[in-house]
Amino acid sequence: MKNQKRWGLFFFLSPVLLWLVLLIVLPQIDLLVMSFRLENDEGRMVWSLSNYFNFFDEPIYWLTFVRTAIYSILVTFLTFVVALPVAFYITKVVAPKFQGFLLVLLLLPFWVSELVRVYGWMILLRESGVINHFLTKMGILGQPVEMLYRDSTMILGLVYTSMLFMVVPIVSVLESLDDSLVEAAYDLGANMWTILFKIIIPHATPGIVSGSIVVFMLTLGNYLTPNLMGGKNSLWFTEQIYNQFIASFNWNQGSAFGFLLLVLSSIIVWLGLKLTRQNLKKVVQ
Amino acid sequence: MQIDLSVKNVTKKFEDFIAVDNVAFEVPDGQFFSILGPSGCGKTTLLRMIAGLTEPTEGSIEIRGQSMLGIPPNKRPVNLIFQHLALFPMMNVGENIAFGLKRRGDRKAAIKEKVGTILERVDLIGFGDKKIDQLSGGQKQRVAIARCLVLEPAVLLLDEPLGALDLKLREQMKVELKKLQAKVGTTFVYITHDQSEALVMSDHVAVMNRGVFEQIDTPQVLYNSPETPFVAQFVGDNNAWSGRVRECKDTRAEIETTEGPVFLTTVGEYLQPGAEVDLFLRPEAMLIQPDPSLSDLNRFEVIVKDILFDGANSRLLAHPLDADTELLIALPQTRQFDYIKKNDKIEIGWDQQSGICFSRSQKKS
Repeated sequence: MKNQKRWGLFFFLSPVLLWLVLLIVLPQIDLLVMSFRLENDEGRMVWSLSNYFNFFDEPIYWLTFVRTAIYSILVTFLTFVVALPVAFYITKVVAPKFQGFLLVLLLLPFWVSELVRVYGWMILLRESGVINHFLTKMGILGQPVEMLYRDSTMILGLVYTSMLFMVVPIVSVLESLDDSLVEAAYDLGANMWTILFKIIIPHATPGIVSGSIVVFMLTLGNYLTPNLMGGKNSLWFTEQIYNQFIASFNWNQGSAFGFLLLVLSSIIVWLGLKLTRQNLKKVVQ
Repeated sequence: MQIDLSVKNVTKKFEDFIAVDNVAFEVPDGQFFSILGPSGCGKTTLLRMIAGLTEPTEGSIEIRGQSMLGIPPNKRPVNLIFQHLALFPMMNVGENIAFGLKRRGDRKAAIKEKVGTILERVDLIGFGDKKIDQLSGGQKQRVAIARCLVLEPAVLLLDEPLGALDLKLREQMKVELKKLQAKVGTTFVYITHDQSEALVMSDHVAVMNRGVFEQIDTPQVLYNSPETPFVAQFVGDNNAWSGRVRECKDTRAEIETTEGPVFLTTVGEYLQPGAEVDLFLRPEAMLIQPDPSLSDLNRFEVIVKDILFDGANSRLLAHPLDADTELLIALPQTRQFDYIKKNDKIEIGWDQQSGICFSRSQKKS
């Protein structure tokens, strides 16, 4: 009986295990090994740390790295600032029968691939695009302005792409917020800001943290949006990895960069959890 | 006597539905005032209007002589204790109590002192660092009360705060709450659907039904001389008879009930012979096997259907000889009536003074 149970468990787990081992664990191990290998002058592969040293020697690499991290944190924060009022509106302000409708409205853009959405933004923002067309027609602009390929445009695109992943977890924590807590705070003399910072945000912290982790990871590892909306100036770290793999065909260097990105994101997430005094178990729930 | 709370002809409409209909009352300083009504009668809406969480459609509310129109809840000298208490789970007991003081901008030392004093007053010394989920139901109750009382409000509003407690604790908290109110002297406005809570604790009770106040009086008067059929039935238990006036002289009327028995009873005003009336009779007004020497009693015979034993509150469920109206008759547990069994025929008598009679046209509902 016990044996049967164990085999049943194994049977149902095996697709997941196969997926994990064959498609994630094995390639990662291969990449890790590759990142420590180097072709020496005689054309033979040897063990070396120089792929990692290269990163620190060349300022362009680690500056891009720092820039990517800082911008990702900024994007996460901006997404939070935009998502909180949206989530609050959906859960607490609007009549319950419209809640589902609004959530679907929020989901709808995500039925279209990210690539198409980014091209949509490009049609709107480029020099000969829709917005420039109207602004010049209305006489607000003398001549069209290039709105693409700026850092601000890139951040706009990244915030837009990440919105949903912040709104959904915050909606789910705010749903469990008892309205009478807000009313009690109001009754006890609190104003809007105190209610926000003392009641709503502390209550929503688990959702905010889990949303932030997802948004941060997605932003840090995003390749498409920075590349298309930020252009050559975007200097996103994923582009460096791409260049190593595809342009320079230096897979060893590329995998070293890949692992650095993994370590970086893990450290920042860990720091974030420490700072907000949350633990991963609680957040993942 | 200073009037702490004055509600003037307040009406609240939700689209087509009138939740509170032209309600007016005054609560003097230091009184324990209850609003008693069935659920959905508009009492919570009324309380929320006093707290400022809802604005009245018409009428005005004055607290200590100042109009509260357009003043948000955080600027009003009233505090509300919510039905489920609404303690902040993200703060400990001390922080919960200090919340209002901090918002008011009190100095840190003063806050600490006030929190200590109020914790002592509600018998929770040393609980300042406890988390909310470490407290029992009764302790949470007291923290919620302390959190409001520490702000020294002109009026403390309570929205059925005992509703979530189990029976034993509720009985205990009733007495405790009344004692606490006497000790601090703050004006309490308490709403409840539990008549026993209202009767035990209050100085004055307003009975509310379908958005209107039916009667405002002391608990004793409400119980003994209800002014409307609704009050007669809602406050305490009552047996209802419907009948017709046969004869009326001054304040004594002879009433023929539809079930048959004819009763003599005192009435508040002259009733036309032939008028349809409702007659109410408390279970304890009916005496079992009364002494034959007693005059002025309405006597009739009933058959015992069941004995509802409930300690000091035991009742007999009976019906008159040739009718099937159910009657509740108080059964004193003095062992005197231990011989009564199911299906026994017994005589019942009631004093002519204890009937309460309303003519049908008076009936509001």
